[in-house]
Amino acid sequence: MWDSIKEFASGFFVTGDPLIYGADVAIVMTLIAVVSVLTYFKRWTWLWREWLTTVDHKRIGIMYVIASLLMLFRGGVDALLMRTQLAVPNNDFLTPEHYNAIFTTHGVIMILFMAMPLMFGLFNLVVPLQIGARDVAFPFLNSLSFWLFFWGAMLFNMSFVIGGSPDAGWLSYPPLSEMSHSPGVGQDFYIWGIQISGIGSLMTGINFIVTILKMRAPGMKLFKMPMFSWSVLSSCLTIIMAFPILTVTLALLFIDRYFGAHFFTLDGGGNPMMYINLIWMWGHPEVYIVILPGFGIVSEVVATFSRKRLFGYKSMVFALMCIAVFSFFTWAHHFFTMGSGADVNIFFAISTMIIAIPTGVKVFNWIFTMYRGRVSFPTPMLWVMGLILCFVVGGMTGVMLSVAPADFQFHNSYFLIAHFHQVLIGGVVFSYFAGLYYWWPKVFGFKLNEKIGKWAFWLWNIGFYVCFMPQYAVGLMGMTRRVSTYGWDTGWWGMNLVSTIGGFIMGIAFLFQVWQILHSIKFMERDTTGDPWGGRTLEWSIPSPAPHYNFALTPIVDGRDPWWEEKLRRERGEAPKAQPPLEPIHMPKNSGIPFIMSFCWFLAGFGLVFNWLWIAIPGFIGVAACMLAHSFNYNTDYYIPVDEIERTEAAARGAV
Amino acid sequence: MKLTRGFRRLAVVLSLLGLAVMLSGCGEQFVVLDPKGVVGKHQLDLILITTGLCLIVVVPVIVMAFVFAYRYRNRAGSKADYQPTWEHNTKLELLWWGIPILIIVILGAITAHYTYKLEPSKALASDKKPIVIQVTSLDWKWLFQYPDQGIATVNYVEFPANVPVRFELTSDAPMNSFWIPQLGGQIYTMSGMAMKLNLMADEPGTYMGMGANFSGREFGKMRFDAKATTQAEFDNWVKNVKSTAPALTQEGYDKLAEQGTMGTQDYSSIPAGLFDKIVTKYTNGTVIHQHGGDASASTDMNDMNMEGMDMSGMDMSTSQSTTDAQSAHDH
Repeated sequence: MWDSIKEFASGFFVTGDPLIYGADVAIVMTLIAVVSVLTYFKRWTWLWREWLTTVDHKRIGIMYVIASLLMLFRGGVDALLMRTQLAVPNNDFLTPEHYNAIFTTHGVIMILFMAMPLMFGLFNLVVPLQIGARDVAFPFLNSLSFWLFFWGAMLFNMSFVIGGSPDAGWLSYPPLSEMSHSPGVGQDFYIWGIQISGIGSLMTGINFIVTILKMRAPGMKLFKMPMFSWSVLSSCLTIIMAFPILTVTLALLFIDRYFGAHFFTLDGGGNPMMYINLIWMWGHPEVYIVILPGFGIVSEVVATFSRKRLFGYKSMVFALMCIAVFSFFTWAHHFFTMGSGADVNIFFAISTMIIAIPTGVKVFNWIFTMYRGRVSFPTPMLWVMGLILCFVVGGMTGVMLSVAPADFQFHNSYFLIAHFHQVLIGGVVFSYFAGLYYWWPKVFGFKLNEKIGKWAFWLWNIGFYVCFMPQYAVGLMGMTRRVSTYGWDTGWWGMNLVSTIGGFIMGIAFLFQVWQILHSIKFMERDTTGDPWGGRTLEWSIPSPAPHYNFALTPIVDGRDPWWEEKLRRERGEAPKAQPPLEPIHMPKNSGIPFIMSFCWFLAGFGLVFNWLWIAIPGFIGVAACMLAHSFNYNTDYYIPVDEIERTEAAARGAV
Repeated sequence: MKLTRGFRRLAVVLSLLGLAVMLSGCGEQFVVLDPKGVVGKHQLDLILITTGLCLIVVVPVIVMAFVFAYRYRNRAGSKADYQPTWEHNTKLELLWWGIPILIIVILGAITAHYTYKLEPSKALASDKKPIVIQVTSLDWKWLFQYPDQGIATVNYVEFPANVPVRFELTSDAPMNSFWIPQLGGQIYTMSGMAMKLNLMADEPGTYMGMGANFSGREFGKMRFDAKATTQAEFDNWVKNVKSTAPALTQEGYDKLAEQGTMGTQDYSSIPAGLFDKIVTKYTNGTVIHQHGGDASASTDMNDMNMEGMDMSGMDMSTSQSTTDAQSAHDH
């Protein structure tokens, strides 16, 4: 009995690596700490009532941001472990198996569990406020999306200590990801972690498309909509086209692995190329999904801090939509070197270059928004300046990679690694940071400390160039991605050492941001204006943090910068427009079903990973039961009475 | 001014970095920038042309961004123009839609030209007869077969300089990518396919070669030397291998294909039809064509070792017809 338990445990838990034992201890300690703090302060019902069951887009947004920052930490630690391993030649800090697992989880976590939720967090925090809505179109679905992401991410991260991590690369090409070459459970954790959170992503896409199309304030025609909302619309349209491809691809891979089918194996008539095409048909649009909202953020920040209208609005919208459409016609540039032939390669080379045109136009428009403006440089704007420099250079190396015959020399090398980190960090991360700093006071009612923020900004930027410029160089020296070690004879060590130093500078920069947040929570003054930056759009017209119904009166919009125009009218001393009387506000009720249903998905996924149907089947039954329960629940909404609105508004205004 | 101090700080860091790159570079370590073969040289030309064309846009953009940010910065008594409602100018916007379009048209045309010119399955112009080397990526080693010489090597490859080499590439393991940067760009090795890559070395030398695509645990060890020699040295080397090295048998190959790493190895002979057998191992005799490759190449590959081929369990007539059907479907 004891022996069989021991045997089971040694297979079930990941063993044999001190790093993982350390993580085990840390995880258990954190769990104990969380549970005891919640119990000691009697916060369990508060947690359930105010957060786990909430359907308020602002709270869901906050939870997305917290979760994604935790994932940024995890993915960042992965990155630093890799950089430590590569710092010197012939290093044996990590075994090749461990290294393979780490670069796989680093990629998956950074794209799917960090960038995506941070983006969804910003959607949730900003879009309804920006278009003058009281919530998203489907608040219940919104909560379900978040919890599916959360439990999907938990399932994926669990592989670190239980069963073993996936180690076939972030896109898991077959045949390496098939049962024949990856018989462990890591690959199944990969499939189910991504599947479960992917359903959530798809639903968020639908939710925000409907929100933006149907719930804009009266008078806000599409072409009067703020640019961030446009970018969210383009990104969500891309999501609903691209994510079903991912779902189907991973489902086919699962069928291959679980039922021994042959979709992606050569024996039995399948073909791995089919997987590679499918996964990039999702994978390439995916990177545009995460960068498009970044473009929107930069447009908002640049206009606000230049105290000037956004230049070339219609060009910008057209460019966003061009990018969303063209992103579906470039996927094969990820495998120019797989023998597609000259005609195919030329098509995909040129379609890729074409994307550079609308992207370049956006940069010109930002620059000409600053032209004849009054530009100030608090942290959000600093990040935008950092972004312009970094993203333009990253875009240039992207064009270099798109030249198919030249790509034969860049493909799979560190040149490529440096390129996509430059656009993903210099584009996506920098713009999301700009957005976080910019909208933080709207969400929490206080600004983040500027001084520590500037330290973080400079360390991030310096760290970035120190880390990734040498990687371009070492790519031209022939260093290929994913090698876990290299010899002295290669001449790669100098560049790698510098790169590692840069990586750690970025790690320190992240710590500065954590310090900045903690310091600001404790010491920063409350912003009582609701409009600390001199904003232009509707979200700045209401108190910070926004009351949970957002707008006491639905605003009526007549221009692209409604709040800016309103402020000008007030400055000119024009009498404010007559306001209709307050009416009771219709709001959705909280629900525990999204949390429970997503947890049932987690159980089902966990059961399928280990092929334990006694967990998987009850999990699926739970999912079905939750659906039924929600279908027959008619008690889903309520009205906020006028006197409560008046009290809330008075309290918020009273602070002014 | 706080801001300018910041930018100056950044400039110092960047220039120090540039210096570090140049000092540690010493030229020849940048193998992609130091090609020793005709394909690699064309690719380098293309890289330089692209860089130049991109810089036409990138440099002014960066300069403008920082000049405008500085000139229009918010300060008391600024004399710079301030037009808070200036939001549109058709001429300017046409200009920055137009210039990138123009550059992409030029770059697209250059790319198309070079893509046809450097199509890896196309034979290189030379008055010498190409030498054929059949490459198989295994878990985690490279097998090189010389069908005309009847020898094989593991983890190093040797060929005469100034003679075109036609590599035929396949895999008996998860896909990998065959890359000798100084001779030219890479091509994937994939099961079920015999991909072609034509390269030629301009001068004798030992060039770094590697498996560029992740293929499992020890893929990082799949580096190999590509030795270009004179014709005489090559002939000597072949003779030497033929007389001293052991033979590669089918059993020997099966053992070689097992997971693991090893050093270099020579073989004085190869089992007949081994490469074709590896190519079709997982596909019941079907060859999946590389697009753009000359269709005849795979036919003569089937013919080439016909007489020695192990025909048991393999119906060549159906395999031939599926090959055609497949290729008709693919194109």
